[in-house]
Amino acid sequence: MNLAKALRASGPLLGLAAVWGLFAVLAPHGNFTSWANTELMLLQTAVVGTAAVGATWIIVSGGIDLSVGANIALSAMVGALVLRDGHGFWWAALATVCTGALVGWLIGALVVGALPRVVLTVGFATAVVWAAHGMGSLWAGCFALACGALVWRWSARIRWSLPLSPFIVTLGLWGALRGAAKGLGNNQPIYPERDETLLSLMKPGGSLPPGVWVLLAVALVASLLLRRSVFGRHVTALGSSRETARLCGVDLQRTELGVYVLACTCAGIAALLQLSYLSMGDPTTGQGYELKAIAAAVIGGASLAGGEGSIFGAVLGALIMTVVDNGCTKLQFDNWVQEIVTGGIIVAAVALDRWRHSREVSRAARRVP
Amino acid sequence: MRDEPSRLCVRALHKRFGATQALAGVDLDVRCGEVHALVGENGAGKSTLLKALAGVHQPDSGSMELDGRMHLPDGPAAARAAGLAIIHQELALAPHLTIGENLFLGREPRRGPFVDRRAQRAAARAALAKAGRAHLDPDRLLRSLPPADRQLVEIARALAHHARVLVLDEPTSSLTEDDIAPLLARLRALARTGVAVLYVSHVFEELFAVADRYTVLRDGRTVASGCMADIDHDRLIAAMVGRDLEQVYHRSPATPAEVVLELDCVAGVRLPREATLSVRRGEIVGLAGLVGAGRTELLRCVFGLDEVVAGRLRVLAHVGGRSPRERWRQGVGLLSEDRKQEGLSQAQSLADNLWLPVLSRQACRGVLSGGALARSAGPWLERLGVRCRGAHQTVAELSGGNQQKVALARLLAAGCDVLLLDEPTRGIDVGSKAEIYRAIDELAHARGAAVLMVSSYLPELLGMCDRIAVVAQGKVLPARPAATWTEHTLLTAMATGREREVVA
Repeated sequence: MNLAKALRASGPLLGLAAVWGLFAVLAPHGNFTSWANTELMLLQTAVVGTAAVGATWIIVSGGIDLSVGANIALSAMVGALVLRDGHGFWWAALATVCTGALVGWLIGALVVGALPRVVLTVGFATAVVWAAHGMGSLWAGCFALACGALVWRWSARIRWSLPLSPFIVTLGLWGALRGAAKGLGNNQPIYPERDETLLSLMKPGGSLPPGVWVLLAVALVASLLLRRSVFGRHVTALGSSRETARLCGVDLQRTELGVYVLACTCAGIAALLQLSYLSMGDPTTGQGYELKAIAAAVIGGASLAGGEGSIFGAVLGALIMTVVDNGCTKLQFDNWVQEIVTGGIIVAAVALDRWRHSREVSRAARRVP
Repeated sequence: MRDEPSRLCVRALHKRFGATQALAGVDLDVRCGEVHALVGENGAGKSTLLKALAGVHQPDSGSMELDGRMHLPDGPAAARAAGLAIIHQELALAPHLTIGENLFLGREPRRGPFVDRRAQRAAARAALAKAGRAHLDPDRLLRSLPPADRQLVEIARALAHHARVLVLDEPTSSLTEDDIAPLLARLRALARTGVAVLYVSHVFEELFAVADRYTVLRDGRTVASGCMADIDHDRLIAAMVGRDLEQVYHRSPATPAEVVLELDCVAGVRLPREATLSVRRGEIVGLAGLVGAGRTELLRCVFGLDEVVAGRLRVLAHVGGRSPRERWRQGVGLLSEDRKQEGLSQAQSLADNLWLPVLSRQACRGVLSGGALARSAGPWLERLGVRCRGAHQTVAELSGGNQQKVALARLLAAGCDVLLLDEPTRGIDVGSKAEIYRAIDELAHARGAAVLMVSSYLPELLGMCDRIAVVAQGKVLPARPAATWTEHTLLTAMATGREREVVA
């Protein structure tokens, strides 16, 4: 049994080894196994991998986020804007990550049913930004944030609630956030001043770039939180059985709101890495990342029904997809081949997982008298 | 009527599940054109008999005949095709389809690959007219119908499929009082057209209003049958009860202390309508009542899972409506009647389930350790005799009885002083039952917890409880010492909503 469990946990790792080994054998002359290429693959994984960590949290809680890609674009645009206005790297990084988290708050608040409060808060904050934009982007944003927080607190007395499904909320935001990102730059990318600290995040050469360390750190913290904190266990219980969680006194609203804020903070961090990678704010970037993040989580063992998922599995899942992309390029396959192979891997991973699952269940059923 | 031929004829039906003899000789005759009442306590074998008729279970021995022909369906579809339709408490209708589509779902009249909508509509009209709902438009969406009409749509579906035997299982449990009389009148009218109706219910007024004859089941066998005109309430109940109390109940002497749970005219959104009750430390109070009387809703209101709209509620020193989260903190725990969906999170481990309400107490500086959780869960699982390979095992791998012990262990581990138990022994084996009885008894009588327990199994209430209150139509009748109740008086109070003094 313990062997089976270990096998299950290391499934994505074995998958990665198999895919990597396959390409290492098939493409011996394409320098697939070189350090430079490995580093490149890790760098290419950093953005999607970080987003996949957040996606895993949401999937474990029984939800879904289709707006990750648009969120990354918007957050990166905000970061680029702050950088262009000359506030330096740290303010830009903070603004990027905070924008991601704010989007998470927006999704979470809509999902738990605080629609009226959201409308009030967002409306008021937008008005403040409008009135105060002469202060410069950063200060106007901070001011609006403070005012919005006050309105949010004050509006807690509004009891009327209308819970919405996360699929619908994030499908709406998938378009809305992209639109906001484009509006922020008047349909143009934002080119900030060259900032060495920002660029060094994702610069290859020498040892592992900081961006990869960021991914590993985010994954480590997220994994510890999910497995070892009360909040993380509540999230798992929520996704596993909402009714049981409610019966056992889990605060469903706070937990659900917390999940989206936390997961979208990961998306904000992914946006920072993307900003560094592109060295500009591009409103059209990150398209399709939402599905890549979900695919990575699913390859890593998450169940879309909720209650199940592994953070490191998701990171490995993202890495598997990068390896396939990279390996196919080295073999000089066309793009369409990569896409078919990646699609096949997703379905195969889930089918394998379900099969193992059904075997476990039937074994358990035989044991019970 | 006495000369009518027998339509459904069951002889010496036997069925065994493992160690339990569910049916031990059932005889049943339902004649053409009659409404036949099938009565019996919970566990008497009614639902097993219905499942045998529907082809869900195959009987071990005995015979079933429908219009003189062998009736041995291998599944519900075969039973329906043979002309026997069962209408359950939970209706099997698709709310997003129209009435007509519901009536012919799975056997639509076709024209080539398309549904012949005109034929379907005409046939639907005819079937609805037979069910007495000619005014319903077949194109209306089912979800726009009130519950009473949905019930008749389901009856119309049975008629559209040429059912000759119509079985209704507690058909009035979801209806209001005003809807019941028309339904019963409709059933009588249907019977006059030659359909045989088998009517399963606990509510005696309905049985006497609608049925021509009756059959009583007890312990899996037919113990009485005859004409409704020749029997009265008391004799019907006398035929149903009369079982020996099984010697599995522990009951230590009770020493009730102060009142810790007090309800004063508490009302929920729909149920309960008026609940006044008090429970003391160190005593077990039982709630008896029919399905749909509001017993479960009462517990859920106390626990904060359902909203309290009126009345006063005091738990320990706390007044007012509270959330489940606060209830756990106050030392109140609820055991759900729905073990699979609500009671336990099936895919998670025993330890996760056990500690979920009080996880933060298990954390060391905010950090939880899976190993420590499993280790600290061990003694609680042992105390209730949960048979498992360890606290890391997932709940779904355990048998029903062991799952229920885990759910109860959760209340113990959380250190609850007030326990709300909803059907604590539903659907579990005798051995597990005895262990759960022992644990409840110890909690109340040795550790001084207050227990409020709902059960549909009357011997259990009589054997376990210090006091019993009857819930009928959303109202709680005054609780009385268990010794002053018998199954007979309990059943009477449950069915009539009135407490009658025992007429010796």
